[in-house]
Formats: sequence, C-alpha cells, structure tokens
Amino acid sequence: MSAVLAVLEQRDGVLRQVSHEVVTGARRLADRDSGAVEALLVAAGAVRGAEELGRFGADTVVTATGMGLGHYAPEGYAAAVAERVRVRRPDVVVFAATAMGRDLAPRVAAQLGVPLAADVTEVGVDGGAIVATRPVYAGKALLKVRVMARPALLSLRPNVFTPVERPRAGARETVAAAGPPGGGRVVVREVKAAAAGALDVAEAPIVVSGGRGLKAPANFGLLEDLARAFGSGAAVGASRAVVDAGWRPHADQVGQTGKTVSPTLYVAVGISGAIQHLAGMRTAKVIVAINRDRDAPIFKIADYGIVGDLFEIVPRLTVEVRKLRG
Amino acid sequence: MRIAVCIKRVPDSETRVKIAADGKSLDEGGVKFVVNPYDEFAVEEALRRRDEGGAGEVVVVALGPPAAQETIRTALAMGADRGVLLAVDRIPADALVVARALAAELKEGAYDLILCGKMAIDDYNQQVGPMVAHLLDVPCVTSVTRLEFAGGKGTAEREIEGGIEVTEFPLPALITTDKGLNEPRYPSLKGIMAAKNKPLAVKPVQLGGGGIEVLALAPPPARREGRIVGEGAAAIPELLRLLRDEAKVL
Repeated sequence: MSAVLAVLEQRDGVLRQVSHEVVTGARRLADRDSGAVEALLVAAGAVRGAEELGRFGADTVVTATGMGLGHYAPEGYAAAVAERVRVRRPDVVVFAATAMGRDLAPRVAAQLGVPLAADVTEVGVDGGAIVATRPVYAGKALLKVRVMARPALLSLRPNVFTPVERPRAGARETVAAAGPPGGGRVVVREVKAAAAGALDVAEAPIVVSGGRGLKAPANFGLLEDLARAFGSGAAVGASRAVVDAGWRPHADQVGQTGKTVSPTLYVAVGISGAIQHLAGMRTAKVIVAINRDRDAPIFKIADYGIVGDLFEIVPRLTVEVRKLRG
Repeated sequence: MRIAVCIKRVPDSETRVKIAADGKSLDEGGVKFVVNPYDEFAVEEALRRRDEGGAGEVVVVALGPPAAQETIRTALAMGADRGVLLAVDRIPADALVVARALAAELKEGAYDLILCGKMAIDDYNQQVGPMVAHLLDVPCVTSVTRLEFAGGKGTAEREIEGGIEVTEFPLPALITTDKGLNEPRYPSLKGIMAAKNKPLAVKPVQLGGGGIEVLALAPPPARREGRIVGEGAAAIPELLRLLRDEAKVL
C-alpha cells in the first residue's frame, strides 16, 4: 500500500495512546510497498504528543484545525477526514475502533461511498486488496473479509496492534479543516470525566471482574481493593447478571451485550462463565478464575483456577499482591 | 412524534456458534433468533417518547430474511404501531449497502426521530446508524445512554473511554441506543394478541453485493487447556508464582 492515512485521536489537546497503535498498523501496511504513512489529527490547535508520531512510523503528521473541533464533533471531524482523503487519495485509511473511531469511521465511509471493515484484529494484503479479520458474535467466531474498494477503510481494535518504534521523519504540518461551521449540528457541550483514576474496562491492561458469587453490591469493594493492589492499570468489570441487577454500572459489563476486553490479565471472581460472558473476555492473555463450583464453565477457559470461597481468597490475594508489588 | 426504529433479527447471545458447510456463515440449525438486544432499547425509547407526547406513531423497520417478520411482531407486541420488512435472502457484509436500503425506506417517512441499536450482536459492525444518518442528512449521536428533548432540540449522553460526552443536536435526528438508556418492557399477552393484527408490510429489495467480500468464518483459536491451581487461600502463593514466572504478567 503506497499511501496510508492514519486517523488519530486527541482529547483536550493531548494525543491519546491508542494513536500509537493506529500508526503502527498503518506503518505495517505501508511497508509492504515502501509506502508513506500520513498521520492525521483533527483538533482546535496544536496537539501535545504529535511530535512522538515519527517514532512509530509516521512520515508526515498533519493537524487539521478549526473552530469547534476541540472536542470530538462528529460532523466536523468526518468532513475534515473525508476532505483529507479526497486530497491525498490514500489506498488505505486506518482508524482506531474506540468510542470516537466507532462513531467517526462509518460517517467517513458513508461520505466517501466506500465500505468499512470495523474492529479489525488482523490485517494483510492479498492480490493488492486489504484482507482483514474481525471478531463477530462477540468473538465466538472470526470473519475474514476482502475489502474491495479504494480507499479501503479499517478500524483497528484497541490493545491488539502493539506499538512498535519504526522511526520516520514525522514532519509536521497544520492545515485548515474543511467542514461545516462550528463543527456541525452535533455539539459536545461537556465531557464529564469518570471518577478520578477510573480506567475503562475495555482499555485496562488488568481487569478484575465479579459476578453473582459476590452476593451483594457492597462486596465489590473486595474487587476494588484487589484492583488497587494491582496498580493504576487495573479496572473492575462485571457480569451481565450483576449489571442487570443494578449492582454495577452498565459501562463495566463484560460480555456479548457489554464490552469485549483483551487485557493482559483477567481475573474472574464469582463468575460461572455464561457463554455470552466468555465471548467477551476469551481474548485476554491470561485468565484467572476464582469460584466455589469446580464444574463452573469459567474453569474451562481459565489458565489458572482456584476453587473455593472468594470471601476467604480475595482479601488474602489482595494482601499478597500488594506485598509482591512492594 | 413520528418515530422510526431500525431493528435486526440476530442469534440469541447464548448461541453456540457452529460454522455452516460453506465455511463462510453461521449454521442456523437449532439457533434461537431474537430482537437484537441493543435494538430493544431503541424500541422502548420510541414507545416512551410516543406515549409522553400523547400522539404520534412508532414504525419498526427491519432488513432481513422473511423470518424477520417474527422479530418485527415482537416489537409490535411491545407496542409499536406498524412494521416494514425489507426482505432479502441474505444480509450483506457491507453495512453501507444495508444503510442505503434502510435510508431509502426511511426517507419517505418524514420522521422526527430515528432510533437504532448501537450495534448488532452478530456482526458487531456498529456502522448502520451513523451511515443512515449521513445518507438522510440528519444529525446523529451514537451509543446513547441518556436522552432528553426540549423545544425541538435534543440532549444526549454517550459513554467514551473514561468519561461521558454530553451532546446537543437539533431534530429531526438519528440516535443509536446503548444499554443503560432504559429498561425494555416485555411484550404483554394483550400486546402479543394485538400485534397479530397490526400492519406489517413486506417489501422485497434487491441489494448489490457491496465492497466487503466474505472469505471465511472460522472458530477463534482454542485457548490452551487451563488448570486448577488448588483450593482455597492456600493456593494463592502458587497462583502468584505462576502469574509471575510462567505467564509473566506480574
């Protein structure tokens, strides 16, 4: 692919980490044909972190700026990206399958009249066409597709394309964003931050999840303690049963009707392992299960299991993890 | 309010996926089909908005095989007024093709509000809503967990990583619904009976193949067989040793 456009993300004028993954994915595709990667940011002004993008393989870094583009503005951002595609005519456009990318990429696809392969976990080139693999049925199966369009639009699942340093020039340029005045009809008035330090389960490298075995909402305190012991990279997740019971917010639900997560470590506590839950976490690198029922399906998928009373095990585990991490 | 809701017939989330003989699709034998769970939030929201306003109509539109009439009947049993099935043999993998067919149908309706689930739990595409909005040239907010209207304007909240975006938009608009927006009702017996007599138009549509060609559907790589480390708190030291030395994740 001789020209690849990587559409990146910023929040409050700071580059989001997932951008490194997008540039890495774009670089990999460009390298097959000694092609060039242009990294594109849409923002109100300069983006802190844009200067790092050359390190991950961006030949050029373009920031499209305009009024009303500080926060994500769906129509303004889509117009700015589509315009850049028309100007640069890339072979491939790569997004991140994040909250923003999941909203933005289909709009850009519709504007350009081309298909989008969303939430891709593997991508290659075959006979000049992009071939992408994406989980369907929440990961119970993998769908392999050929994208028969130019440009080919892809969004990459976060936490899958590990950033690799591949230094290029990273030459920076600022352009005026094309698009509707003020960023369009949909205006983000405010971004309410989640509780300080809270990490989204879909992004956390460590997830400690609880199910009905916790017996009462207050007992999730045990899992919060364990997550804290693992450090700032841990988040607390939940099964559908406890979310439906109102014990935990829906944003924390892991499974087919919640979030699909791929953390380095997933600790399932008091979760029996319904098929829709397993679908949402089976791509975790390492799975630990703590459950009193030796026959629970969760043990079939867990790398390491402890059978027993979670109320005895979890507090002790918390103490030991804390010690280990010093 | 005149409200349209786009719904999809999907395999139930408890389905065990078996690959069909063609190696490209789901073996539908024995599979239970349901209304896509995210679309239930859309149907519920539409019913509430219609009933608050005291007037209006909720039209349910689905694109799918003839069997999707049952899916539409479920939404009618919940309380929607009428249904439209855009009948196809097979739902194409290219979401833009689906969006174009839906947009062509919706364009005729002059709706104040169009609601879609944020995604279908089968193809996980999460594309059709914003694509339809672009094709109809209406503002769109996706993955909405809170929705309010006042004076021809809407306010919606959507979850993003580590926060909530609060957005404002004018009507008419298209909203895609996420879990948390509401608690969908179950169809009542009376609703199920009434649904049998509600209008359901079946319109065959011819779709192009689009630009996504399915090469294969395959099971995910199997996970390595796990093991029980031990019982009770006594197993903790061994678990931590394994996590540190074998799995190297600590």
